[in-house]
Amino acid sequence: MSHARSLFLAIFQTRTSHSLAVPPAMKKLLQPLLALALGLACGLAITWAAGENPWHVLRVLEKSAFGSSYDIGMTLFYATPLIFTGLSVAVAFQAGLFNIGAEGQLTMGALAAAAAGALWPRVPSPLAPLLASLAAVIAGTVWGGIPGWLRARRGSHEVINTIMLNFIAAGLASYVALYLLKNPESQNPETPNIGAGYFIHQFAIFGGAPVSLALPVALLVAGFVWLLLWKTTLGFEIRAVGQNEAAARAAGIDAGRIRIIALCAAGGIAGLVGLGEVLGNAGRFRVGFSPEYGFIGIAVALLGRNRPVGVVVAALLFGALHKGAADLDLETEHVTRELSLVLQALIILSVSAEGLWNWLTPLRRQNLDQNLGSKQARI
Amino acid sequence: MLLQLLASTFRVSTPLLFAALGGLFSERAGVINIALEGLMLIGAFGAAVGTLATHSPWLGSILGAAAGVALAAVYGLFVIRLRANQIIAGMAINMLAFGLTPFLCKILYDVTGSTPAIPVTERFRSAPLYLSWAIVAACYLWLKYTAAGLRLTFAGEHPVALEAAGVRVNGMRWLAVLLSGALAGMGGAALSVCLSSSFSRNMTGGRGFMALAALIFGKWKPVPTALACLLFGFSEAVQIRLQGVSLWGHQPIPVQFIQILPYVVTMLVLAGFVGRSRPPKALGLPFRKP
Repeated sequence: MSHARSLFLAIFQTRTSHSLAVPPAMKKLLQPLLALALGLACGLAITWAAGENPWHVLRVLEKSAFGSSYDIGMTLFYATPLIFTGLSVAVAFQAGLFNIGAEGQLTMGALAAAAAGALWPRVPSPLAPLLASLAAVIAGTVWGGIPGWLRARRGSHEVINTIMLNFIAAGLASYVALYLLKNPESQNPETPNIGAGYFIHQFAIFGGAPVSLALPVALLVAGFVWLLLWKTTLGFEIRAVGQNEAAARAAGIDAGRIRIIALCAAGGIAGLVGLGEVLGNAGRFRVGFSPEYGFIGIAVALLGRNRPVGVVVAALLFGALHKGAADLDLETEHVTRELSLVLQALIILSVSAEGLWNWLTPLRRQNLDQNLGSKQARI
Repeated sequence: MLLQLLASTFRVSTPLLFAALGGLFSERAGVINIALEGLMLIGAFGAAVGTLATHSPWLGSILGAAAGVALAAVYGLFVIRLRANQIIAGMAINMLAFGLTPFLCKILYDVTGSTPAIPVTERFRSAPLYLSWAIVAACYLWLKYTAAGLRLTFAGEHPVALEAAGVRVNGMRWLAVLLSGALAGMGGAALSVCLSSSFSRNMTGGRGFMALAALIFGKWKPVPTALACLLFGFSEAVQIRLQGVSLWGHQPIPVQFIQILPYVVTMLVLAGFVGRSRPPKALGLPFRKP
């Protein structure tokens, strides 16, 4: 019994007396990588407990994500909206805000794009997708601005408000697709097809997977986010409010205004998911099209350490995971596609557990973190 | 008709009430509990499984509460011991519950949607309702008049002083988190074994977050929180009654607008009336022994 206890303590004891001699740049990379490995390992352990061979599970995952050009294409297709939602959550995090509402924001964005395409179908080609994208961004911005304003001017925490807005967006989208803009050609809850000029180019080399211009747009947006946050005054103010609000206020920054701007930006970026889905894939808004891209975006942002480059890499990873989990459902007896949710949850837990990674940080930094306290928010 | 609406309100508020009380203990001790949704969901699943296995709703509820405690233990590990960000870890626990429940459902019953239906004789009639209000009263008395209740409040307001007085703050927080798991699990049990007849996928539908909103609106005190739960329950009960009813004599109100009513009410409540609601001072800050 005491052996088990000392083993447990050895694993979980915070070892403040030693730290690993790793160069600082490596440490920033190591933590998410290790967290990823830990999360995957725990997830595979769960599949093993369910009666599946974990190696088989790993092989299926790997083949499903990268096996053929179609598979790679589908991975990229899933990764594109994840880049958008990951950036959305990351921008909010940089301002110290929790954007759990990316799901609702992307729903409103996609709905707006599909509505533009259905209401004005005869708009010609280069103008049409721009119009639809603008509609998507505006809708997402509004949906992000609401909780931003509520937080800034009424003090109500954005976590609950964004979650409520997710439900409200789902209800509104359902209403629009079933009553206002119903597709006359189909029984499904969806909007009518968009005009021909609205579709954007799809890359043919992916064997049928709908990888469209949305992917390069997503990468461009990642670049813009980097420029915004690290090369402009506004971006500096956003990060300042996120890291130390009291100091930012003392420096004359209006934290409320910054919060509204940050959540508006987050909402607008998430709204761009409509670009890939409506203009680059389905050609209409289908109720429930999103397999929780908004929530996976939270995991993407966390794993990517809220930096655009990290977000892109993490989005690719989670895209691969999502594609793999879908195939797992088919190829195993006990594992369902929800395993990807479990894996994401475990990865998020591993990344955010500071006590696990203390042995990576030098002693000085540990004491400093202890005194300042980690970035916690109040509800 | 009004009496029926009132009775409906009380019935429908029961899961919210349990979850909100669970959140109360956790947050008064200083641990933000976003995971109420996931704890409720796994409690609902556990209770359904337990009732199907033992044919007794009480034993099923105990399994539900135990499932809540188990998940809350994972939450506590990451948030108290490993000092993860409480909001992020809470969302992760929710995702864990959302992912594990269909997974376990498939293993146990070979379907990923709902568990098999529980016959009406094996379900609760209104026992959870009375139990929930009894717990509200007990909670009020305990927090106000006992030393242990005071210590819990201290853990959330001024943990350093509590630790100096010789009480282990993190031990107190562990107890609070596990208790919140049990209560939220019980709330889930009230959902699946009392208000409906089985566990269905994602059946909590945001109630965990509404419970949190009720807690904030109720200023972290038991009785105002319970009344806030009644308010949300009312909007849910009204939603059920309003479906198909036409206002202004024209077409019936679209069902989606009625369905979003509880969520809109939650947002309005948080935005309009919270005002100077003051959370426990050390809420959200992990405690490290100085």
